Amino acid sequence: MMNTVNITIDGIKVTVPADYTVLEAAKEAKVYIPTLCYLKGINQIGACRMCLVEASGTRGLAAACVLPVTDGMTVTTNNDKIRKARKSTLELLLSNHNRECTSCIRSRNCEFQTLCNEYGVDGYPYDGAKTESTIDDVSPSIVRDNSKCILCRRCVAACNDVQKIGAIGVGRRGFKTRVGCIYDKSLADSPCVNCGQCIAACPTGALHEKDSTADVWKALADPDKYVVVQPAPAVRAALGEEFGMPVGTCVTGKLAASLRRLGFDKVFDTDFAADLTIMEEGTEFLGRIKNNGVLPMITSCSPGWIKYCETFYPEFIPNLSSCKSPHEMMGAVIKTYFAEKNNIDPEKIYTVSVMPCTAKKFEAKRGELGRDGIQDVDAVITTRELARMIRTAGIDFTELDDEDFDDVLGESTGAGVIFGATGGVMEAALRTVYEVVTGKTLENVNFEAVRGTEGVKEATIDVGGTPVRVAVANGTGNASALLEKVKSGEKHYDFIEIMGCPGGCVTGGGQPILTAKQQLSLDAKTLRASALYKEDEGKTLRKSHENPSIKKIYAEFFGEPNSHKAHELLHTSYVPRKKYNI
Amino acid sequence: MIRAHVMICGGTGCTSSGSDKLAAALETELKTRGLEEEIKVVRTGCFGLCALGPIMIVYPDGTFYIRVTPDDIPEIVEEHLLKGRVVQRLVYDDSGVPDIKANSLNETGFYKKQKRVALRNCGVINPEEIDEYIALDGYRALGKVLTEMTPDQVIQTILDSGLRGRGGGGFPTGRKWMFAAKVPSDKKYVVCNADEGDPGAFMDRSVLEGDPHAVIEAMAIAGYAIGADEGYIYVRAEYPIAIKRLEIAIREAREYNLLGKDIFGTGFNFDITLRFGAGAFVCGEETALLTSIEGKRGEPRPRPPFPAVKGLFGQPTIINNVETLANIAQIILKGADWFASMGTEKSKGTKVFALGGKINHTGLVEIPMGTTLREIIYDIGGGIPNGKKFKAAQTGGPSGGCIPASHLDTPIDYDSLIAIGSMMGSGGLIVMDEDNCMVDIAKFFLEFTVDESCGKCAPCRIGTRRMLEILERITNGQGQDGDIEKLEELAMNIKTSALCGLGQTAPNPVLSTLRYFRDEYEAHIYEKRCPAHHCKKLAVISINPEKCKGCSACSRACPVEAISGEIKKPFVIDQSKCIKCRTCIDKCRFGAIEIK
Repeated sequence: MMNTVNITIDGIKVTVPADYTVLEAAKEAKVYIPTLCYLKGINQIGACRMCLVEASGTRGLAAACVLPVTDGMTVTTNNDKIRKARKSTLELLLSNHNRECTSCIRSRNCEFQTLCNEYGVDGYPYDGAKTESTIDDVSPSIVRDNSKCILCRRCVAACNDVQKIGAIGVGRRGFKTRVGCIYDKSLADSPCVNCGQCIAACPTGALHEKDSTADVWKALADPDKYVVVQPAPAVRAALGEEFGMPVGTCVTGKLAASLRRLGFDKVFDTDFAADLTIMEEGTEFLGRIKNNGVLPMITSCSPGWIKYCETFYPEFIPNLSSCKSPHEMMGAVIKTYFAEKNNIDPEKIYTVSVMPCTAKKFEAKRGELGRDGIQDVDAVITTRELARMIRTAGIDFTELDDEDFDDVLGESTGAGVIFGATGGVMEAALRTVYEVVTGKTLENVNFEAVRGTEGVKEATIDVGGTPVRVAVANGTGNASALLEKVKSGEKHYDFIEIMGCPGGCVTGGGQPILTAKQQLSLDAKTLRASALYKEDEGKTLRKSHENPSIKKIYAEFFGEPNSHKAHELLHTSYVPRKKYNI
Repeated sequence: MIRAHVMICGGTGCTSSGSDKLAAALETELKTRGLEEEIKVVRTGCFGLCALGPIMIVYPDGTFYIRVTPDDIPEIVEEHLLKGRVVQRLVYDDSGVPDIKANSLNETGFYKKQKRVALRNCGVINPEEIDEYIALDGYRALGKVLTEMTPDQVIQTILDSGLRGRGGGGFPTGRKWMFAAKVPSDKKYVVCNADEGDPGAFMDRSVLEGDPHAVIEAMAIAGYAIGADEGYIYVRAEYPIAIKRLEIAIREAREYNLLGKDIFGTGFNFDITLRFGAGAFVCGEETALLTSIEGKRGEPRPRPPFPAVKGLFGQPTIINNVETLANIAQIILKGADWFASMGTEKSKGTKVFALGGKINHTGLVEIPMGTTLREIIYDIGGGIPNGKKFKAAQTGGPSGGCIPASHLDTPIDYDSLIAIGSMMGSGGLIVMDEDNCMVDIAKFFLEFTVDESCGKCAPCRIGTRRMLEILERITNGQGQDGDIEKLEELAMNIKTSALCGLGQTAPNPVLSTLRYFRDEYEAHIYEKRCPAHHCKKLAVISINPEKCKGCSACSRACPVEAISGEIKKPFVIDQSKCIKCRTCIDKCRFGAIEIK
């Protein structure tokens, strides 16, 4: 039986597990305690002093987020002393804050702004000097603006403790303290993999994606440009949140409709490219098995993971699948197959990817992803940026009628949809590999063993008498743990799926940002993933190789998976990278 | 056969005033005269009278020489060591008793009221010779606890002694040990906090430099008491002499198997690792210290859980200050009652203070708890130089407060100091006279905390800075109505909200000066006047025409040509040019230049 304790919070009695903090217990008692530095499972350091409470057995005020419960404890979360302390801390933070809130990207979705409102902060009683700050916008993915940083360190915890990258940390001390990279260098010169988990953790506007909407608007306004858009699978599972819809709402139809309203010439779907990826990657995997190639083969869809591998585990580069990531395959297909078929000059085509991801912005600029000076993908915008464009265009998103994606690169199977969840690529691949190897129909297409949000999942799948050992890791921190075991020989796998972000793409660094309060009460990874699995369930076709458009493109253009042409357009290569560019 | 010992202080104070060269000169001289077999030179720890260093004591007679230079050596050797005639001109004497100077050091005012427990071996033994420590009962306490006492008995003895932490907070040491002993764990740690950081404080430094084995022995005893086999000493890298002597002492203790495996053949294992602090004040805060030992950025972490439950590397840990540990072996050997017989009801034993500021005997003193501030400052410290008037004493460093003249007779202990708005702290005692501006003093300490704040929590990181900005305004003559109230409000909020002890106590210097010297704040704000004439921006320097002889010395000295006049007629200062540097005041031989 679990050890429990009884505790009284603001007069409400609750029984909670003995290892709870007062903050967690307060949630059980339905008492809301404000927080700034706390982020469930990521950052619990008691630094911001917003969650101060009075508790029996402690001197003065204590931070609820780190205060362990004890049996019989009495807690007060709301009295004059506590309110005054919290308000004073907010006033102090505000005195050292860039208060250009109206033009801030996080206005209305800023936890600090919300708290200042809630506590009636109506002036700047402690105005004074501000900490020296800089804006680092050199990285193609992430912008850091220290003038808006409140030093909650959620980003630092996400980067160091969750992702185990350590690109950013806390430097200097006292009033000069700031979050930054080594030697005040730019993120671009650090081992940052552009995953954007720091942005997802940030309560203010101190971290945000490098905005590409201006480029997209410009292309849309250019009559000479043929602008083609493709949204990633995970976008449909989260975009609705930007318009007040509940977490876990799937908005595929409205997504297609809104993109069309924005004026894109073609609205394709990265899900198609996901199916294409399965054809290429599945074939590559079978080829490696057959020809004693390097195993385990590791997926290459996630550009955060790819840069992580190149930087931290270059010895695994030969294990990486040579497949481009789906949207890059799509970009290549649009500028070759689609251009040829429709007699459009590829130079005039402008491809836009809507991604749950900030690392895709970096990826799109990789020199090897294009040909003849033409990049496969011209612009990457995140789910958040798309939401901003939809708002700017005055589109009433929630009222839109569902529409379909355009043929032919808009057709997809359920296998493509689940790419957005951790384990999805593996599951999609297994569906196809099984049928290709056995020649039999796979009755139950649901590989439950690779679903779910655990950091590392593993399974052995029987493929026509051959056991295939697979593993799935999400988040670079978990990837590291997994790879260390592979390296030491403790674990042996044939096929590994790795996604750079914890939870996979549904909780990627470009997705709508949930407040710490929301994250405390709901599990976005699971909710968004189930939206995708539900869409998969509802599809008639759930295996990539059954996609008629996929069959068509091989018949008309590529010949067969891993053909010479496929290699030229759909595959790529990787380079070991230095951690620091200094 | 050694017939005389010459003790030369090797503490930091005397080393800075040249005791290394002095010792070398003496050794050369002794060799030249073939006396090296008869007379032994011993480098000791601190004697306490740092202001008068380098210090030398000649035994067996005990003559106490001060400010000795290498030039004095031939005379000392010739007269004292060969002919037995004391070199009177170098002898220290403040006793006022005729003819006592040669051999009754303890009769001098400086030493008479002191009681040296923690410092007992400082100045007595060569800290780099374990045998000298052992000769004075060293490691006998460790032997006793390992062979005759149970861990519970050890803890009970420390509890009974009433020993409280000397690092500042004054938490009962025995209780700390008891908590850690009670937590079941395979791995526990004993940590010595030697990250002494208060401005002007060097108590722990002197103990480490003068008697490192006392700390090592006590850590082993603590290890036995709580069930730990590993200890860390976190010492400032800026204490090179202390580090060197600790390294030697640990090595020697290991060679004698007083550290290591199976100590005294009892099966008890204990060893010690040194960790060097990089000079961050906050690392003296116990949880920040642990974080720093773990190799991370030295920042405090929230308590609870307390280190006794979850400390170093997540294991039960006790953290004791150097001076606290220096008392342990004595308590074990002489008994809890002996220790508890010294001091006041709730503060037992002695306390070491570093005397600094406007006081004649700058240095280190150890007094029984309950001694009054007046005794320390006037009897031991020799009073205020230049006949100036005492204004306040600052104790507790940046966390403490200023004690005004009206409280000079308060017996010093943990609780009485808190009652009058200050605190014991680690033992810094800075004396201020009438020339000190109390707003400026508050500003000085706050500047220190602002600089040393780790930056983790907002109240300390931003709040102390905002307080400092207000103080800067006030001392610059830009104080406004409401500033005092804002200071008080901020101070209270920082005290209630800050994460660690550093932040929670950072406003104390402001609060205590506001409590006792509010009139000085008001004079700055409302009259734009610094009563101590200290704050430059508020001072008006003018020439009294009645006294001025028109010699032009002032105008020739003025760096900004603010003073003009005709010879033999009164000169005048152009206030728009004056930078208040006060050079003119020093130059005037007639006292004609005045500050208002």
